[in-house]
Amino acid sequence: MAGEETGAGFDVVVIGGGHNGLVCANYLARSGRSVLVLEANARLGGAAVTREFAPGYQVSAGAHLLHLMPSEMIGALKLESHGLAWAGTHLPTTALIEAREPLAIALVLASGVSAADAAAYALYTTRMRRYAAALAPLFASVPPRLGTNAWSDRLALLRLGLQIRRLGRTDMRELLRIGGMNVYDLLEENFQSPQLKGALAFDAVLGTNFGPRSPGTVLTLLYRLAAESAAGAAGLAQLRGGLGSLCEALASAANAAGATLRTSAPVARILVAADRASGVVLESGEQIRARTVISSADPKTTLLKLLGARHLDTGFVRRVGHIRTRGLAAKLHLALSRAPQFTGVSAQQSAGRLLIAPSMQYIEHAYNHAKYGEFSEQPVMEITVPTIGDSSLAPAGHHVLSAIVQYAPYALKAGWDAARPQFTERAVAMLERHAPGIRESIVGAELLTPVDMEREFRIEGGHWHHGELAFDQFLMVRPVPGAAQHRTPLAGLYLCGAGCHPGGGVMGIAGRNAAQQVLKQVT
Amino acid sequence: MPIPESLAPHFKQPLLKTPFHERARALAQVESFIPWAGYTTVDVFTTAEQEYFAIRNATSLYDLTPMVKYRIAGPDAVAYLNRLVTRDIAKLGPNRVAYCVWCNDNGHLIDDGTVFRLGESEYRLCTAERQINWLLDSAIGFDVTIEEATAQIASLAVQGPTSCAVLKAAGLHGVEKLKPFDIGYFQLAAVPVTVSRTGFTGDLGYELWMDPAAAEAVWDALMLAGRSRGIRAIGSQALNIARIEAGFISPHVDFISAEQTIRTGRDRSPLELGLGWLLNFDKGHFTGRRALLAERQAGPRRQLVGLDIAGNKPAHNALVYTEHSGKREIGNVTSAVWSPTCKRNIALAMVASPHFALGSTVWVDIYLNRELVWERRMSRARVVERAFFAPARRSATPPADF
Repeated sequence: MAGEETGAGFDVVVIGGGHNGLVCANYLARSGRSVLVLEANARLGGAAVTREFAPGYQVSAGAHLLHLMPSEMIGALKLESHGLAWAGTHLPTTALIEAREPLAIALVLASGVSAADAAAYALYTTRMRRYAAALAPLFASVPPRLGTNAWSDRLALLRLGLQIRRLGRTDMRELLRIGGMNVYDLLEENFQSPQLKGALAFDAVLGTNFGPRSPGTVLTLLYRLAAESAAGAAGLAQLRGGLGSLCEALASAANAAGATLRTSAPVARILVAADRASGVVLESGEQIRARTVISSADPKTTLLKLLGARHLDTGFVRRVGHIRTRGLAAKLHLALSRAPQFTGVSAQQSAGRLLIAPSMQYIEHAYNHAKYGEFSEQPVMEITVPTIGDSSLAPAGHHVLSAIVQYAPYALKAGWDAARPQFTERAVAMLERHAPGIRESIVGAELLTPVDMEREFRIEGGHWHHGELAFDQFLMVRPVPGAAQHRTPLAGLYLCGAGCHPGGGVMGIAGRNAAQQVLKQVT
Repeated sequence: MPIPESLAPHFKQPLLKTPFHERARALAQVESFIPWAGYTTVDVFTTAEQEYFAIRNATSLYDLTPMVKYRIAGPDAVAYLNRLVTRDIAKLGPNRVAYCVWCNDNGHLIDDGTVFRLGESEYRLCTAERQINWLLDSAIGFDVTIEEATAQIASLAVQGPTSCAVLKAAGLHGVEKLKPFDIGYFQLAAVPVTVSRTGFTGDLGYELWMDPAAAEAVWDALMLAGRSRGIRAIGSQALNIARIEAGFISPHVDFISAEQTIRTGRDRSPLELGLGWLLNFDKGHFTGRRALLAERQAGPRRQLVGLDIAGNKPAHNALVYTEHSGKREIGNVTSAVWSPTCKRNIALAMVASPHFALGSTVWVDIYLNRELVWERRMSRARVVERAFFAPARRSATPPADF
């Protein structure tokens, strides 16, 4: 257990230099704490990193769109003066439909659908936006606890209740009615066009272990809308230099605020002294003392691997072990020698988000495979071509395609080593149907399965939300009861990653809320 | 050809038979059997009182095979047990036994039992009920194996003032050297028998552990050796009188496992059960430690105490009050019995703070069924130490010879 100790220690050590860890470090450093961020990989950013996947071609390795980070956070941390630059904001979403005009899905109008559907869509979006706005305050702060006598918890619950009550009787009833429904039934009630329903259902199941018919998918959809509503401002956005530039800006801001950032410094263990976190040991054996340890790693990694069950109670360990963390979204990166031509898609549309989810049945069938440990024969996809707005990511005239491809279950029966080329082929074949000729232009390709993401980004199960976003893993039960307010049962150890409320996606809210919680506790 | 009973499918023999069953059945004059942890066991052989006096005046033989036994072994066995139970198992020497409790996250009792250290990193945990679930969940993160060994080990409790003499007569030379909670290894009826100086009677006594195939030979040898020293097979009723006199708690009677309670507030902590002496807060983390520290700081809200009650009618299920008027209820009796040895009307009761202080006077209402007419009697009771009967012979080494 020998290992030299460096310096006098820090007020706070942040494990993991992803966006949540960096956001957390920023807020703490700005409040005068001495902060050290430890990133295991050679570059900061965690899964929010831009990296080369083929010689000369760069891509956002994880999420490829920024739409959930609150604009006031970007402003408060002065990220734009630290290099954050937009390559495109308010990007459109377009549903690709074979042998038909693609469907543009805008905020108020869905073109290419019947008049009845267009009218229903207008009503539907206004109503969903109202609900989302009512739920948006949930993202602002730590969720209240249940079953306590603390007035702060009671007040927070009361406020949420009031917020929902304030929707008015009809809307509140409707929200409570649809809240537990599946998105399949909800969209069936509202629309006729299978293409429109497929595209709208896609957002409910993106990055989840759900198909449109799975219970609770209306809630996941509302959750996404509420997060977007809380974020405000830029809508769907691309960053110049990919999503990794967000973390570069966050790192620069953290540096300016006085935080120390170290890369290639994987943490082996969290140190415990007198039943309190007292620092960390790196894999190199180096010990670093800290009064507070905050982990942006997923809860299972933090609590079961870095801390260890022996410092926790059995019931709590059991709950942590039961967090559903198996990812099923793969990331496909293609290096292209020319711009892909999606049939019928305008230049403006192709700069935005393209969906392959032509009907709800199609998504459900894609999901069926995942239930049985297989990848989807015909996957659903969210496609972006970031080089349209930002040519710096590829050699001149060349392009990069970045797609989230579902479903690619973590625990694939066949094993991913054998299946990776097959699933890549399924995805490329699907792209070829919508962008004829794309296959010949491919000069490099990479498929990141959940297993790869687990390895590269050290996320247990490769789930990029660090745990399924589902009704039983939301709010005060995220990640588990007893740690939902960023505090863990071990004094001095906090969680600030996507495994906490309000969850994954590049939001940064978990990092900020954790920092506030730490500042409240530690003086 | 009929299928032998032992091979019959489980639904045809919902209760298993212990290796001592045939011997016990031959002596069970009143055919009073009760289920215990999946086995059929004798509640009363002749009369509970007659059997009770074998515990206190001679030697009793009690079949405790149904007691659930877990084998816990592996490099992390000590670390595992120390995280599970509240005592410091690192201090438990080889061939020693420790009485332990273990709790859930809220510091509420799941069960009590004994931990035997049988080897360098091999332990046996004996409990009243099965809880492999909790034990396996507690093993997450530890290099340890846990197996149930209940059916592989037959066990007999040999308890009473002449028990040491009986064992010596049966050929267990040196058994008198065992101190309380020691484990020794002997030959009895030409079979190896492990003996621990442990028991549930609060008296001098031993527990014998053996291969089930040797069970009947051991039983016969003990009965033969004990004939002139008053040996008698006893059932659970007689044992229950003795354990209340000793102040020992019983699951489902004095507490309900925190993993089984449904209503909130029905769980009990070791502090409430008067087992604070089993808590070691300095040994490192164990499940429930943080909750128990907080509870200790706040002080327990209730405590299980002994009551010395006026009169001679056992206060079964009685409520406890502050005044004779019965206006303010402060708890309830969990176990009650007329103590034949102490000649006192004793009970265990859960009493609210601050009335559980030793020497306090409380009142209990006792309901008497007098030829189908119920009468209520409010009796004065004094809060006393729970160990109503704790004879010096219980721990004397070597024990007196008879």
